[in-house]
Amino acid sequence: MAYGEKVIDHYENPRNVGTFGTQKEIKESKEIGVGLVGAPECGDVMQLQIKVNDDTGVIEDAKFKCFGCGSAIASSSLATEWLKGKSIDEGLEIKNTEIVEELSLPPVKIHCSVLAEDAIKAAISDYKTKHSQN
Amino acid sequence: MGVTLPMYLDYAATTPCDPRVVEAMMPYFTETFGNPGSRNHSYGWDAEHGIKTARQQVADLIGADSKEVIFTSGSTESNNIAIKGAANMYAKKPAGETGRGHIITAIHEHKAVLDPCKRMEKEGFDVTYLEPDSDGLITREMVEGAVRDDTILVTIMWANNELGTINEIPEIGEMCHDKGIVFHTDATQWVGKMPTNVKTDNIDLLSLSGHKLYGPKGVGALYVRRRKPRIRLTAIQEGGGQERGFRSGTLNVTGIVGLGKACELCAQSMDDERERLLKLRNELESKIESALDVVQVNGARDRRLANITNISFGFVEGESLMMAIKEIAVSSGSACTSASLEPSYVLKALGVGDDLAHSSLRISMGRWTTPEQLEYAGDKIIEAVKKLRELSPLYDMHNEGIDISKIEWAAH
Repeated sequence: MAYGEKVIDHYENPRNVGTFGTQKEIKESKEIGVGLVGAPECGDVMQLQIKVNDDTGVIEDAKFKCFGCGSAIASSSLATEWLKGKSIDEGLEIKNTEIVEELSLPPVKIHCSVLAEDAIKAAISDYKTKHSQN
Repeated sequence: MGVTLPMYLDYAATTPCDPRVVEAMMPYFTETFGNPGSRNHSYGWDAEHGIKTARQQVADLIGADSKEVIFTSGSTESNNIAIKGAANMYAKKPAGETGRGHIITAIHEHKAVLDPCKRMEKEGFDVTYLEPDSDGLITREMVEGAVRDDTILVTIMWANNELGTINEIPEIGEMCHDKGIVFHTDATQWVGKMPTNVKTDNIDLLSLSGHKLYGPKGVGALYVRRRKPRIRLTAIQEGGGQERGFRSGTLNVTGIVGLGKACELCAQSMDDERERLLKLRNELESKIESALDVVQVNGARDRRLANITNISFGFVEGESLMMAIKEIAVSSGSACTSASLEPSYVLKALGVGDDLAHSSLRISMGRWTTPEQLEYAGDKIIEAVKKLRELSPLYDMHNEGIDISKIEWAAH
């Protein structure tokens, strides 16, 4: 399959790869929201982490890791780029169709963008849940 | 390092034509272009002479009599003629309670065997699909255990195309002959690489393909045993009655001449070639295994063709791995690139987990594979897996001691 230029760029130079700590540390940290979506048997797992400023509600940093095809890696890499600097409410407005458009994903790869949107929503929801427990 | 890119390591998919094969074919396009069916002039006789030579060359490679070789368009057609032809010829008449007869095959056969078997199922036959052991092998014992009173045909591949694993073919053939069951083997990956003798290996029907043994595409052969027992087949394609009526249609003279030459060359070089490739393949495997953790070589290690290796890399996904080594032409065990998310059914048959089955590479070598190429490919693969594991949340979890199979994944 031929990949679009932007997919290849994100794949070869993924932005914001990493994690803010071990799974255990992340779970305990209140300023971090985690979205873990997909399943190994489906060939895609995305882990998206956001670090939110409690006072302003702004996503100050975002990191990802991804097990999946080039388009899945590119979609999650792009998601971290877009999330940084946005408020959590703005983050929720990111649509998978915008990812498809930006990366010129072919129809068979649309599920990668859906997964990225799911990861964003899951991470924000995780942050909100942790926050409301205070 | 002295390698040119892209690099071809997918010889199990197809091989380049040997230039000596092309040379042998050339005159048959323009000079010796006659129809071998033309019995009354020299154009026909000359073409017929080329066919006769090729038929002998193919027969010699597999220990057959030249009269037992039927030319076809390739292994897919050979398999179809053999399976459908034998099933229809040896069908129970009238059909019994269990249908028109029983066929035995295996779930990790090539689609070109499985789909004809499924077709026969629709047409009233009963088919047993044997499951291989975790090494990917089908043994005589497994086949014998599935035999019934109404079994008419057994079709088991000689060497598996994804794994290179070698089934107990002479043993299965012997059992079939004892019980009077017709035995077909798809030997597409086997012939030309391993010594073959259809007589002593107890084969009734054998499929082979030109383009897997440095011959042209679009030509292959079916061996049909003529003595002890004499195998009869119901023809699929009818017409001029060529190839003893098994396969009507004007012969593909150029292709057949190329196939013959390719067989002759394989017979000359196969022993040295096998030894050479075995060494290279084993070096590649040990290099990868010593550099990376959680890798698995799939299939029985000591019962494999020398030129194929199938390796699973835990925690990386097959398509992204292929993308990382895009200048090296290999085959992914994962069929993700064809837009289906199903991991290889062959690996699943071995009980390889979905996570590992999603990330396997089949690397297959051949006549023009050099040590330098494999050195380069090995380095690239190791580098790519390491890079992708840095990206992989699953590898992190593995290193943190989290059991991935115990996580409740939301399937999508």
